[in-house]
Amino acid sequence: MTNTYNDALYQYVLGLADDALILGQRTSEWCSRGPFLEEDISLSNLALDYIGRARMFYQYAAQVEGLGRNEDDLAYFRDERAFSNLLINELPNYDFAFSIVRQYFIDVHACLYLEQLKRSSDVHLAQVAEKAIKESRYHLKRSETWVLQLGQGTSESHERMQNAIDELWGYTGEMFLMSEVETQLLTSGVCVDRSALQVSWSAQVSRHLSVSTLAVPEQQWNVAGGRKGEHSEHLGHILAELQIVQRSYPGLQW
Amino acid sequence: MQTISVVTPEYAARHALRANSACRALWEILDSVFDPELPHVSIWDLGILVDVQDSCPQGVKVVVTPTYSGCPAIDVISEDIVAALNDAGITEVEVQVSLSPAWNTDLISPAGKMAMRNQGIAPPSTEVHCPLCGSENTAVISQFGSTACKALYRCHSCQEPFDYFKEF
Repeated sequence: MTNTYNDALYQYVLGLADDALILGQRTSEWCSRGPFLEEDISLSNLALDYIGRARMFYQYAAQVEGLGRNEDDLAYFRDERAFSNLLINELPNYDFAFSIVRQYFIDVHACLYLEQLKRSSDVHLAQVAEKAIKESRYHLKRSETWVLQLGQGTSESHERMQNAIDELWGYTGEMFLMSEVETQLLTSGVCVDRSALQVSWSAQVSRHLSVSTLAVPEQQWNVAGGRKGEHSEHLGHILAELQIVQRSYPGLQW
Repeated sequence: MQTISVVTPEYAARHALRANSACRALWEILDSVFDPELPHVSIWDLGILVDVQDSCPQGVKVVVTPTYSGCPAIDVISEDIVAALNDAGITEVEVQVSLSPAWNTDLISPAGKMAMRNQGIAPPSTEVHCPLCGSENTAVISQFGSTACKALYRCHSCQEPFDYFKEF
């Protein structure tokens, strides 16, 4: 069964919104726990950029859906299986190296992805991409520098970085998998062909890891399922924390 | 210390839009609205005030664009716009937050850059000069400062840390 154009667009935008919200929430967990004050501030600002991005996508998704739901309804009142974020966004922070490597992988991807989304035939999505790409370029500058510094740093930092890379590698494949609705929307030029970005992503990441004296894993395993609502056990926990206030006191305002 | 501000084409275009506006008095009222996180820099000078339209009898429409997508100040700014126009006797005000054109630092006015420097914030530029002593001998401490639009720097000449408004 194919979705109507509107359904497909709604699901597509919701996926982008969920990606941004879950990563933003995850990154915000660093607030007050950063390795040093300035980095703490950076991480909090990074989280804020992603929450802002989530809001832009949720607002648009709510508008496309047209059922009178708003951004808060979509963020706070959907259950785990209804969330369609990529798995890489929901993994716990573990340590600073893990968060940095994840951010680096996502930043490289975001720059490639948003560059294409800027040309979307959907004017609203093109405008969001135009705004978000500038932020992602800045995020990339930061994560790229950290990968280099920690990769070439002490044996401890090098080891932690390599462990993070090995752990995260199997989650990167999902960033290039086309969902059903994406395939459907591709012909009208609304969304981006993710699968076409993998070659550039791999080349750029391999080059930088190599300069940073870090190895590209040889492992071939891949996990996917986030877009279909099949998540790791970590998503339920993050949603519990994210949604508890609105679920306990629906409609509560600051 | 570089004090001569060059007018960017982006700012020139904004200036022309304002100068040719049919409701210049309304723009002037909004000169009293400042960014809550950058006191002394008005929303006009910061470049987030995009357009003002007087479409009576429906009232006044003000278009603003956020600096960063997560900018928490935009809600406060919208409220301040409504309050400023209400104080001037204009009751029907609509504030529209527009993502296009995407905000960038070329939209900042020369006066806005001067105001930042006077507040100890280095304005966006290819070379980051210390706003306190003017030295070029500065280094980044953190790529994000007190807000998403700023980075944290240190001056090696006078040893003072300072905020740098990122070029964007």
